[in-house]
Amino acid sequence: MSLDKSTLERVAYLARIKIEDSEIEKMITELNNIMKWIEELNEVDVNNVKPMTGVSNNSLREREDEVNDGGYSDEIVSNAPEKIDNSFTVPKVIE
Amino acid sequence: MREAIKLKGETGIWEMVIGLEIHAQVNCKSKLFSGSATDFGASPNSQVSYVDAAMPGMLPVINSEAVNQAIKTGHALNAKINNISIFDRKNYFYPDLPQGYQISQFKSPIVGEGWINIDLGKGEIKKIGIERLHLEQDAGKLMHDQHPRLSFVDLNRSGIPLMEIVSKPDMRDWEEAGAYLRKLRSIVRYIGSCDGNMDQGSLRCDANISVRRPGEEFGTRCELKNINSVKFMMKAVEFEAYRQIEIIENGGEVKQETRLYDPNKNETRSMRSKEEAHDYRYFPDPDLLPLNISNDRIEKYKDELPELPDQKRERFQKDYGLSFYDADVLTADKSYADFFEIVSKGRDAKFVANWVITNFFAMLNEVEKSIEESPVNAQQLGELFDLIQDGTISGRTAKDVFEEMFTNGGRANDIVEAKGLKQISNTDELESMAKKIIEDNSEQVSKYKNGNEKLFGWFVGQMMKNTGGTANPKVVNEILKTLLNK
Repeated sequence: MSLDKSTLERVAYLARIKIEDSEIEKMITELNNIMKWIEELNEVDVNNVKPMTGVSNNSLREREDEVNDGGYSDEIVSNAPEKIDNSFTVPKVIE
Repeated sequence: MREAIKLKGETGIWEMVIGLEIHAQVNCKSKLFSGSATDFGASPNSQVSYVDAAMPGMLPVINSEAVNQAIKTGHALNAKINNISIFDRKNYFYPDLPQGYQISQFKSPIVGEGWINIDLGKGEIKKIGIERLHLEQDAGKLMHDQHPRLSFVDLNRSGIPLMEIVSKPDMRDWEEAGAYLRKLRSIVRYIGSCDGNMDQGSLRCDANISVRRPGEEFGTRCELKNINSVKFMMKAVEFEAYRQIEIIENGGEVKQETRLYDPNKNETRSMRSKEEAHDYRYFPDPDLLPLNISNDRIEKYKDELPELPDQKRERFQKDYGLSFYDADVLTADKSYADFFEIVSKGRDAKFVANWVITNFFAMLNEVEKSIEESPVNAQQLGELFDLIQDGTISGRTAKDVFEEMFTNGGRANDIVEAKGLKQISNTDELESMAKKIIEDNSEQVSKYKNGNEKLFGWFVGQMMKNTGGTANPKVVNEILKTLLNK
């Protein structure tokens, strides 16, 4: 499978990554190399192998249902580019 | 058997195909992946941790109770609980989602296929399939009415644990969809995994709907969002079905899209912004290992499952001799059933069921109060019933006493005493009263004796008027019959 320009632009938009026109050709070549490598990996037969989602055999650690965090709204919004009182503010978005 | 509603178009008959996705807030003190609180109505961003605000370097740790509640709910949906499930990232950009992705479950949900029975009235039941149940985070909340050109972002909801429960496309009209939503709400409330409060957004519903000629393949579906009541969901489905039929009959094609229901205008409209976002690029969240659930843990919650609505209804029919309808109404919500069982203890269950449904529920409905908010509790209502059953007051008087208890408070006994509402069953007293009425109204008596039997009611009325409605109607009838037919 090889990547075309419109697919590249769509993927970039979905990830909100800005790509200059001058970079497009280079990006397509690089991504196509990665895709080719993935295709090579696909040649290995893994039909009877369980999917591995990590290198450790640990199970997910769980915590008790206790409230022991939060309550610092001023800190939460302290780095916000725009805020009013203790709310973040953004340009109006309405459906 | 009940026939599903079919819609008549210009060119013939159409059938609806409906599936629902329910988002139920899991009943937990803290969030799915952080220790901040989940209380409703707190001030903006006061229940937000650095995890919920997606500060760099913060790691999610799952809430054990949310997992337990999902297992319990899975059992109540007769579903398979999966030993291994995986959390994925669902990627999209919106101001209410600080992470830029929602942690959800895509390929391997915690709960697989199941089913529930829905009640279609008159004792008829339909089985509706459940596709899956998975755990996910809620997003924050946007407020648009605080400022002319800004939206305010409150992340208190961000990270709240949700169960998304997806049905199979098994419903064929809005009545069935309504019955499904009500039943699911009842079930999660019975087991306590969600409070079911649709006004506060603890339970929300998206509807997938398409239309087809009866028996043919499924048509293209649209997803309706933003539905926060059973009534609105049913109306949204009806509107949307007619909209799709009109498009097809005019030679067009239904476009698969997300639409927003507007309850004020009773219409659905396209949400363009969601179109582009439909590619969520799911992948397993590298911050979270697979969730392993042992068989012991699964079985433990199966054993602890409380009596569910269907079982309770059957028991009410069997143990209390109630009709399907009465048992169904009383078990629709756990709070109703609990209330009924307290009041009916040691009393005539059929009488209590009838009275609670026709008078007590009607009153709650009228003032739009829940049973928890009722000014008259089960014990107090029971005391009122005792006064009816031992003949102290008549059924008619009981309604007035109940209204007084409900509006101004007080115990039944005290109200009856204070207002002198005790039923007069004393035969001597009533007999002398009746004799006097007969003496004073010789004209009416002769009319009655000449065959105008309707006048009997007039005499009863006079007796009631003289006693302020406190005369025992049965005794009055007997006395008048004896005296007038002499």
